[in-house]
Amino acid sequence: MSQPAIEVTGLGKRYRIEHAARRETLRDALQHGARRIWRRLRWGTGFTHEEFWALREVDFRVEPGEVLGIIGRNGAGKSTLLKILSRITEPTTGRIAVTGRVASLLEVGTGFHPELTGRENIFLNGAILGMSRAEIRSKFAEIVAFAEVERFLDTPVKRYSSGMYVRLAFAVAAHLEPEILIVDEVLAVGDAEFQKKCIGKMQDVARGNGRTVLFVSHNLPVIRQLCTRTLLLDKGRLLLSGPTAQALAAYAHGQVANEAVRLPPPTDEQRSRVFVSACWVEHAHGAGLACARVGEPWRVRLRVTAARPIRDFVAGLGVVTSEGLGLQTVWSPATDLAPGEHELIYLQDSVALAADSYKLVVGLSEQGRSIQQFEAARLEITGENPLIPCAAASGYGLVLNSMQVSVRRL
Amino acid sequence: MPTQKPLPSLVITPAQGTSRYWLDLWRYRELLGFLAWRDLKVRYKQAVLGVAWAILQPAVQVVLLTFVFGKLAQMPAGDEQLPYPLLVLAGLLPWQLFSNAFSGAGGSLVGNSHLISKVYFPRLIVPLSSLAVAVVDFLILLVLTLLILPIAGYWPTWHLVLLPLFLLAALLIAFGAGLWITALTVRFRDFRFISPFILQVGLFVTPVGYRTDNLPTWRELLALNPLTGVIDGFRWCLLGGKVEFQATALISTVVVSGILLGTGLWLFRRTERSFADII
Repeated sequence: MSQPAIEVTGLGKRYRIEHAARRETLRDALQHGARRIWRRLRWGTGFTHEEFWALREVDFRVEPGEVLGIIGRNGAGKSTLLKILSRITEPTTGRIAVTGRVASLLEVGTGFHPELTGRENIFLNGAILGMSRAEIRSKFAEIVAFAEVERFLDTPVKRYSSGMYVRLAFAVAAHLEPEILIVDEVLAVGDAEFQKKCIGKMQDVARGNGRTVLFVSHNLPVIRQLCTRTLLLDKGRLLLSGPTAQALAAYAHGQVANEAVRLPPPTDEQRSRVFVSACWVEHAHGAGLACARVGEPWRVRLRVTAARPIRDFVAGLGVVTSEGLGLQTVWSPATDLAPGEHELIYLQDSVALAADSYKLVVGLSEQGRSIQQFEAARLEITGENPLIPCAAASGYGLVLNSMQVSVRRL
Repeated sequence: MPTQKPLPSLVITPAQGTSRYWLDLWRYRELLGFLAWRDLKVRYKQAVLGVAWAILQPAVQVVLLTFVFGKLAQMPAGDEQLPYPLLVLAGLLPWQLFSNAFSGAGGSLVGNSHLISKVYFPRLIVPLSSLAVAVVDFLILLVLTLLILPIAGYWPTWHLVLLPLFLLAALLIAFGAGLWITALTVRFRDFRFISPFILQVGLFVTPVGYRTDNLPTWRELLALNPLTGVIDGFRWCLLGGKVEFQATALISTVVVSGILLGTGLWLFRRTERSFADII
């Protein structure tokens, strides 16, 4: 067996969260006495702090030529893992052995300077990503062609359209030739067209040249498309490492702690009338749900607490795409609420939404006057659509249900 | 791609050793050049006078310091009837280098925080590149000085040969102090406000606008400032030995700059590993 491209053993990263006021300035530090300043200057400890393990006891191996996906909810430690692998920050415990040149792409266009021209930025960005001047020069024409910015090479990039900017930035990164490529959600930028181009390029990189790729994304269809094996992280621990389908299934079936969106605390006025006390998404049969698969029914449970009788109470639920496009809004029938806890259930069993992360916005009103309105939960839809054989991340619209179509001769 | 070639391997552990660090620093030397080039390029964009600022600023300072020390304070330029502005100019050269490098380094890591949090490279490259920028400005001013001196009747003498030595000392001091201010600024943003203040005071406790050999009472005290020896040395080299420099000042230059650089590197390396977490 060949040497692994990456071997991680017992990896942990601890952050300290310092309490009380943020001690960002010297004055704050001074208030804590000379001895403590001394400690502080020595970068030691001595302040009240809470330890927080962003990663803990993570072990895995990546074989050369493997395309490994990394998934998990926000805060699961994905980015921390990439940062450690890219040597941006040091681990607290553990050991990583890497064989081969590593290039990490945690952001598109790192180090681009708006005042510099496209040509200058290609060189600067290339150098920042670890290319030598000679290497950049030899790939210059290719980069420019991929980015389609020939005419604007000598224009400062601050005058570029955002599309051009992103294209140029990705073009530089795509022409890196490391043995190991580490990619964070860079595909979250740009339009659908561009994302497709990026994914295509990533596939070429992985398949054609036998390079090892580590890929973090929330975009599960893309993970499914690109990765052979996937790590599932949850709260800093490696929950599962296995074939992508298995990891995605585990993720979808709520083995991952369903992290509720933090509800904003109600104001005094809301508290004296009515406010949302809990809100979550679940399977139509009632089990907790981290991810619904395309076409699978889901429902939203909304709990409200009324402090006094509410007349003509209406609770609205809106489904909004991650780009902020409103998809659907429904209102509960107007009812009079008695004081106490009430539960509303919204069931969606007819519309198949495309795989994406959606926001659920909740609004409460009394006699037509709004009381509360905010994003109360997330709806994650993932997986393939049973109705269309090759559902992709985009290109088929947001609603995947079919229509009745008929043809007749006139 | 030749598969026979052994792939570079790398081990990442907490608190890593330093030998690889210096190797990386060498490997990333091109990035150092690019960052310095970027800073130079960007600095004078959209400035009508452009690079002229590299000359205009010190020129105004020469006039001001000549006026304050030479005219108002009636400080002697020396028995040799040295033109006072030349004396100031020769002293201003290393001072400018120091102050540009110092103020550049101070904000450099914070200014490049988007890089620090997204890409790995030896962080030492960042303050080094601000030093490189300061050196470019210095060289412009040096060339100009070397043109002015013969016009004023001071032809270069053999003393000039030793100038690189004093330049090296100035660089080491600037770099050492720059490392300190860089590491401290990342941790405490206060140093953004403290560093201009340090430079303001420094301009007066460093013999930029006056010469030390005419101040017997203060000489020993001034010699504690590592830049004193450097400035005396610059004058000695550029003005053909017309200004003497004392050995004690040189000793302090060597000792203090050594300490500054040593502790600066130590502090920087120590804090470096947490830069990405606290920046």
